[in-house]
Amino acid sequence: MTLQGTCRQIGDISIIDFSGKITLGEGSSLLRKTVRGLIDGGQKKILISLYDVDYIDSSGIGELVSAFTTVKGAGGELKLLHLTKRVHDILQITRLFTVFDVQSDEDTALRSFK
Amino acid sequence: MSAQTQRIEVTLETLLESVDLAESISMRIAEAAGFSEEEIHKIGMAVREGVINAYNYGNQQDRGKKILMTIELEPEHMVVRVKDQGKGFELHEIPNPLAEENLLRTSGRGLFLMRAFMDHFDVHTAPGGGAELVMKKKLPQKVSGNGKPQPE
Repeated sequence: MTLQGTCRQIGDISIIDFSGKITLGEGSSLLRKTVRGLIDGGQKKILISLYDVDYIDSSGIGELVSAFTTVKGAGGELKLLHLTKRVHDILQITRLFTVFDVQSDEDTALRSFK
Repeated sequence: MSAQTQRIEVTLETLLESVDLAESISMRIAEAAGFSEEEIHKIGMAVREGVINAYNYGNQQDRGKKILMTIELEPEHMVVRVKDQGKGFELHEIPNPLAEENLLRTSGRGLFLMRAFMDHFDVHTAPGGGAELVMKKKLPQKVSGNGKPQPE
C-alpha cells in the first residue's frame, strides 16, 4: 500500500495522518513534500501521526530525520504520534527514540508543544 | 528438509521496482521455508535494504548495470546474496549510525538494519568488482506431531 497523508489543523498545530508504507520512492517523497509544504506555508508546529504506518525502511527513516531537522532549522517543533509496533521497534534499535519526541496520546501531544 | 541446497538466482534491473520485487521473492521463499510472520518481515526488510544499497550506492542508479540476487536454502540456513556492479566497499569504512554524531544523518542505516534483522551479515568484494552482501538466517526448527523439534 502506497503512502497517503491527510493534513488537519488544530490551533497553530498541523497534524498529518499518514497511512501506508514510508519507503524508498513515492512514500519518502510524499513525506518530504508534505512537511516542506507546511514549512513553506509558515507552519512550525507539526505532529506526524503514524497510526496506520506499519512499515518503514531506511529511506523512510532518513526522511523522518530530514523532516525533523528541517522543522527544527526553521525554529519549529516536529513530534511523532501513535507509532505502530514495527515503527516503534525500528526507531528503538536505531536510537532515534533519543531524537524524536514520541507521543502516544493526541491531546497530550497537542499540549506538549511550546 | 533434505540435505540438498535449493537455490534461486534472480538478475534484477537497477530500478526502484526491483527493490519491491526482491523483497517479495525473499518473503515468499522465507514463508515456504517455515519462518514465522515476524521473521518473514525481517528477512524481507533485510533483503529490501540490500537491494536499496545495490541500487543507490553500488550501481548508483545506473540502469545499464545489474543486481544479482541469489537465495539458497541450505540444510540449516537461508542465505541471501546481493551483488552489485559498483566499486565495492569495506564495512569498516561505513560510519556507525548509532554514534551520537551520526544520529541526525539522513542515510547510512541500511547496513545496520540488515545486520540487526539477520543472524549473520558480511560484505565481500565480488570477483570482478562490486560488493556482495551476504545475509544468513537460521531456518526454523521443524516441529513434529508431539510438539518436539524434529531431528534432521
